[in-house]
Amino acid sequence: MSAAMRNDYRARSHPAYWAFIVHRISGLLLSLFLPLHFWALGQALQGEAALESFLRWTDSPLVKLAETAIVLLLAAHMAGGVRLLMLEFLAWRDWQKSLLAVAAGASLAAGLAFLLNVV
Amino acid sequence: MNVRNLVLLWAAQRYSAMVLALCVLVHLATMIYAVRSGLSAEEILGRTRGNAGWAAFYALFVAAVAVHAPIGLRNILSETLGWRGRSLDVAVAAVGIALALWGLRAVWAVYA
Repeated sequence: MSAAMRNDYRARSHPAYWAFIVHRISGLLLSLFLPLHFWALGQALQGEAALESFLRWTDSPLVKLAETAIVLLLAAHMAGGVRLLMLEFLAWRDWQKSLLAVAAGASLAAGLAFLLNVV
Repeated sequence: MNVRNLVLLWAAQRYSAMVLALCVLVHLATMIYAVRSGLSAEEILGRTRGNAGWAAFYALFVAAVAVHAPIGLRNILSETLGWRGRSLDVAVAAVGIALALWGLRAVWAVYA
């Protein structure tokens, strides 16, 4: 293995690299979800019944599972983003190393709270 | 894009993120609370129709996301896919405008 490849591998096995990947993928998926979300809410333009009939579609377990995944992505993107803001805007503190764990924990808690309430 | 504009994009991304962090916290709390007894159009519209406070909140949310998401997409498209130059800037600006208009339409739908 060349030095460059070894270096690449070491950089990518770091938790901060995974935080970067999670932030990118969650951001991308949330951007793709937004038009769908806005479309769904726009159903209310045709009256309450139109929105209601869409919402009854969301009762299916698969949709609830997808919703939970989106909530998890949103919470992860927010927690990871707050971590980045703290790294960039606040002076360095030792506890900043623990921010990754805090961000991961907070997003899992939000996802779980949603799942427990939605089922 | 020149360095000055890149710095402006960087700043816009961070300041919109600060607004979004607060909006998302409120959104997550509202969602987790709202789904407790199942979602219904009556319950959602009962909360939002004619409520200027919620409408202002969601309009701010949409404005912040219409700034934030296109800049993030621009970073991904340029760094991961290697798309650079004016065509990229025009494309992501169009995404931002579309998100803003489409989002405000949704805000209006649940307010009016």
